[in-house]
Amino acid sequence: MSSMDIFLNVLVAVLGGAIRVGTPFLMVSLGECITEKAGRINLGLEGVLVFSAMAGFGGAYLTGNVWLGVLLAGVSGALLALLHGLVCSLPRVNDVATGIALMLLGSGLAFYLGKPLIQPQAPQIPSLNLGDWSDSAQIKSALQINMLFPIGVLLAALLAWGFKATRFGLVLRMAGDSSDAARALGYSVNGIRIAATCAGGFIAGLGGASLSLYYPGSWNEGLSSGQGLIAVALVIFARWSPWRCLGAALLFGGAGALGPALQSVGISSGYYLFNAVPYVLTLVILIWTCSPTRSVKGAPMELGVTR
Amino acid sequence: MALSTRTTDTIEAIALPVMAMLGALLLFGVFIWAGGKDPVEAWVLLFKGAFGDWFSWQNSLQRAAPLMLTALCVAIPARAGLVVIGGEGALVLGGLACAGLPYLFAPPENAFGTALLLLAAAATGAVWIALVGVLRQQRGVNETISSLLLAYTAIALFKHLVEGPMRDPASLNKPSTNTIAEGLRIGGMAGTDIHWGLAFGVVVCVVLGLWLFFTTSGFATRIVGGNARAALLVGLPSPRIIVVACAVGGACAGLAGGIEVVAVHTNANASLIAGLGYTGILVSFVARHNPWAVIPVAVLFGGFGAAGSLLQRRMDVPDASVMVLQGFAFLLILASEALRGKLFAARAPKPALVAQALPSVIKANV
Repeated sequence: MSSMDIFLNVLVAVLGGAIRVGTPFLMVSLGECITEKAGRINLGLEGVLVFSAMAGFGGAYLTGNVWLGVLLAGVSGALLALLHGLVCSLPRVNDVATGIALMLLGSGLAFYLGKPLIQPQAPQIPSLNLGDWSDSAQIKSALQINMLFPIGVLLAALLAWGFKATRFGLVLRMAGDSSDAARALGYSVNGIRIAATCAGGFIAGLGGASLSLYYPGSWNEGLSSGQGLIAVALVIFARWSPWRCLGAALLFGGAGALGPALQSVGISSGYYLFNAVPYVLTLVILIWTCSPTRSVKGAPMELGVTR
Repeated sequence: MALSTRTTDTIEAIALPVMAMLGALLLFGVFIWAGGKDPVEAWVLLFKGAFGDWFSWQNSLQRAAPLMLTALCVAIPARAGLVVIGGEGALVLGGLACAGLPYLFAPPENAFGTALLLLAAAATGAVWIALVGVLRQQRGVNETISSLLLAYTAIALFKHLVEGPMRDPASLNKPSTNTIAEGLRIGGMAGTDIHWGLAFGVVVCVVLGLWLFFTTSGFATRIVGGNARAALLVGLPSPRIIVVACAVGGACAGLAGGIEVVAVHTNANASLIAGLGYTGILVSFVARHNPWAVIPVAVLFGGFGAAGSLLQRRMDVPDASVMVLQGFAFLLILASEALRGKLFAARAPKPALVAQALPSVIKANV
């Protein structure tokens, strides 16, 4: 194989991987986007991701129906996020710290309850084969698309429209930009935020299902290593726009697919370093987008994460 | 009986965490019970495995030593107003630096050599977490996220170096660095299994507590963390104080990694990545970021860690049971903040209503 072929193979694998690896990023960042629009940060989506991956896998394995598993993943994500929403509504409770606690609790519960799920095989989310026209095996595998990805794109569209054009979206943004205004109009700020956190947890839970039921497609304790957290940082980069979340998720998916893609063509030295690319990229992007003197453009005013 | 505000505050500062821990144990019991096991047995085993006899005490104290230091990596920056949760990264890099120093030159095989190794560990950790402080100060990057990203990066770097350039060719099944020479290791204290790392942990906690509460620079650090605007008004060099606080915290976590290497593992390998940095976050929050309170809290959580394996063997529950307990404890500790000032509310004068109208504004600014 010439070096050109290797390069093309890696490129195709990275582009295909952008969708495969990027789907959980997309879901979690959309979930975080709703939460943050309402004025709360949920760092615990990392825990939600792990917990819902376990629940989704368990649901699909026990019922034999993959979509019931996906639903269960969403619901369990919503429940865990509800806990975050409720605890943060208590006076003097810090949402960042609660998120860290939720990370620990979500992972702990998932590892505990998921112990018997490490061996078995569960039904997988079917894929859309968009590459049937091609003869190349690489292109075929790159264009096998996770069914959750189009759902994620639809959700992004729905959220972008919802934030802009619906009453609920307006109230949500008001709670995030000026809780006083929301209160003055007679809305319960805590109620809105709990609902937003809960909805965000549901969507992030779908990301968990994508991890355990599509790619990598099994349940183990090392399933998520910071994807949930990267997604939180990604929302800052996407400046709280659902459409930009989609672009950012694909970018990060591609970065995450680089290590495995290089390994598949036999370049395995520096494997761990290539796997660290998404973390470093996130950091670089944060350094680039943040500024000490002004808050990031588009940030909900009540949010503390972008100080 | 009328209690002074100071007394009630102190009682509350102790009572709230104790109540939260009891609540966590209760929830844990319910969780075990829901899984069809006997919660009372779990509680008894938890106590026995942690503090039941001299053997378990040794185990608990040995585990407490690194937790004290990683907790300081959260506590000290927290006093300067930063929520740093990437101590794990400083710990693994500290351990790596400690194991890596003999690659550069042969340190003398005595206490001085050991000190050099630990110094390398602390310095590496300090630089790593100071970077978090610099990013926060220079670029306004959120320190919670950046520290965790740096922790993942550090772990990748660690694995790359341990399995690649720094690997001891003799370590076949478990990639490790070269083993530290006999004379450089740290042994047990007074004939026990508890290594001197515990003494390091306790001394550092005590010293940093003295620094925070009794020196001018410690006071300045607490002002920066307590009220950034006040710090600005009195002309404190906040950026420098924040970076120094991060460096001090990072040095503690790096030292923890170094001690784990010279006292427990004798080389740097994947066993070092055991989540000690993450448990340290919990310890610091339970201790309310007070270095002195870190000592008993670290012993408590070291004990739970020690009891985990006993629980796993005797009751056939997954080893993650300790993580579940920690998760409950963390959540309840934070939730208990809501009760602060209310425990003695019946005796205290009614709070003014003005305080009710402001929270959103205050919340936006802190």
